[in-house]
Amino acid sequence: MTNPTLAAGAVERHLRARRDTGRGLLMPYVTGGITPGWTDYLRAFAAAGADAIEVGLPFSDPTLDGVTIQQAGETALARGASTRRILADLSGMPDVGVPLVASTYYNLVLHDGHEAFCAALRRAGVGGLIVPDLPVHEADELTDVAADAGIELVLLASPATPQPRLAEISCRSRGFVYAVSLMGTTGERAALAVSAAELTERIRRVTDQPVLLGFGISTPDQAREARRHADGVVVGAAVMRRVLDGAGPDDLRAFLATLRQALDQECDRPR
Amino acid sequence: MRDVSTWREPVPPDGTMGEPRARGRFGEYGGRYAPESLVEACREVDEAFRDAWADPGFRGALARLLAVHAGRPTPLTPARRLSEALGVQLYLKREDLTHTGSHKINNVMGQALLATRMGRRRLIAETGAGQHGVATATAAALLGLEATVFMGERDIERQALNVFRMRMLGAEVVPVTTGSRTLKDATSEAMRHWVGATGDSHYCIGSVVGPDPYPWMVREFQRIIGDEARGQCAAELRTGVPDYVVACVGGGSHAAGTFAGFADTPARLVGVEAEGGAGAARGRLGVLHGCRSLFLQDDDGQITQAHSIAAGLDYPGVGPEHAHLRDLGRARYVTVTDDEAVGAAVRLARTEGIVPALESAHALAWVIGAADGGDLPAGSTVLMTLSGRGDKDVSTLKELL
Repeated sequence: MTNPTLAAGAVERHLRARRDTGRGLLMPYVTGGITPGWTDYLRAFAAAGADAIEVGLPFSDPTLDGVTIQQAGETALARGASTRRILADLSGMPDVGVPLVASTYYNLVLHDGHEAFCAALRRAGVGGLIVPDLPVHEADELTDVAADAGIELVLLASPATPQPRLAEISCRSRGFVYAVSLMGTTGERAALAVSAAELTERIRRVTDQPVLLGFGISTPDQAREARRHADGVVVGAAVMRRVLDGAGPDDLRAFLATLRQALDQECDRPR
Repeated sequence: MRDVSTWREPVPPDGTMGEPRARGRFGEYGGRYAPESLVEACREVDEAFRDAWADPGFRGALARLLAVHAGRPTPLTPARRLSEALGVQLYLKREDLTHTGSHKINNVMGQALLATRMGRRRLIAETGAGQHGVATATAAALLGLEATVFMGERDIERQALNVFRMRMLGAEVVPVTTGSRTLKDATSEAMRHWVGATGDSHYCIGSVVGPDPYPWMVREFQRIIGDEARGQCAAELRTGVPDYVVACVGGGSHAAGTFAGFADTPARLVGVEAEGGAGAARGRLGVLHGCRSLFLQDDDGQITQAHSIAAGLDYPGVGPEHAHLRDLGRARYVTVTDDEAVGAAVRLARTEGIVPALESAHALAWVIGAADGGDLPAGSTVLMTLSGRGDKDVSTLKELL
């Protein structure tokens, strides 16, 4: 697989370049191995205008995920999904043209060993990694190993993060800064949390890296509102609920197109 | 059963159970692997605990609560008839005699008092056997706090009496229907809930697991077991210090508290795990529920389900300090089966008139097996912490006996 975005720092360069054109960034999420032909979702996401795609490697104990992503993980694991098989599936598919960012819990990284895990991601054409239970003060070793392997370790910032720590997270995050919009787990919400705007503004004060808002963003309206503050959005549970309900790649392509359109409309507004 | 003949002596300098090293480390274990949204909350607990633990006023208030409400100190009971039969001198540290019937109350009183000091108005807890949940509900009622207890659906079925007790004490019991529907999943769900409730709630973790400072803090709240027992042994035993100190280990809180009182002595420390939940004896390096420790995992790195007749031992990992003590050789971790534990429970009931919790029966089963098998030399003095009483297990036992 020859992914042009795979050079070191490629995820960040790709997202920066797109942001700098004024485009609102869209990163949909899919749980790896959720269905037999799950990689078809990646193609549909790219076709719908995704700027990066997050691929979840399911873990038995997803302590930061709400019911939808939990169910998706359980379903994938029950189907026999594993890091090894999911990465093999990715290796076997043609380049989708946008960076792939893996996300999983730290136990799976530790289990394989940092070097082996990052090398396997790289071989599968993955450019970034999100580990929600590896906060910045525990991330030294993986940050270095990942960098050497050409994997950008994305760090998360939360509404509870104090400002000095936020500066450290923003400085050490690679690819982009993942802004957790609310104090809670992943999952669809009725409205964008009030904390989203404030957190994004605080991150902006300390970095010019791309900032993506995630957690709870489930509708075009919420994406539009999030875009007023951040460079883009991560959409996970809203995608996976549809997948769990039986929606196929075409259905998801249609859904993500509505988010794409919302982000593009917001872009056209005078800022 | 594991060989316990190779002991590392003298006590290794890092095995005396003092304060953890920087960043909450016990050797290579421990740490604060919490989602970013919980890191600040963990820091606040750490700061508040350090401040409180250095404050004689807090210590005094806790000691008084434990004395007037929880019934401390607990006695040291010589198990005379069983000792005679086994050819060793067995002493039982009677945590089963505390209010609410297990050692869990020691930690909960400490954390509940800390929560009020931090201005929190609600306690969140996970529970397996229900003992930690009952203790949390009790402390919450006593101090005028609310309590929300997460409990696996499977445990709710097998520990119905404790569920009723919690509700009677005014706590909300939330069934957890994900995963194996036991303690592991209840802990995950409690952590998820805490992420959204850090402003007004304290997560009262029930064992020496979780992100820093919990493993250390919970051990310190439980060390009253070891400290009391140390003094009682000094008064009762000719040798002053027992040859063996034995405790059962799920996450390992009362074992940590018991060991802490003897870590700087020549006593040999033995942690007894359930055959189906042997994190220390068979786990591999991993990170779960906020700390780096030893966990049962499959070849893909997924955490596997623990299986034990004792719900309190149904945890696929062990606290980080136990992993460290194991690596140092300061403590040994052994396993016993469900059947051995049930047999030990019956034997204690019939020789000493004490019906132990099935968790505690695991520790006794090792003592019986080791004495019979010659691993415990004749005449050895053995201190065993009897972590809880067996009332909660009566319906389980009734099906078997």
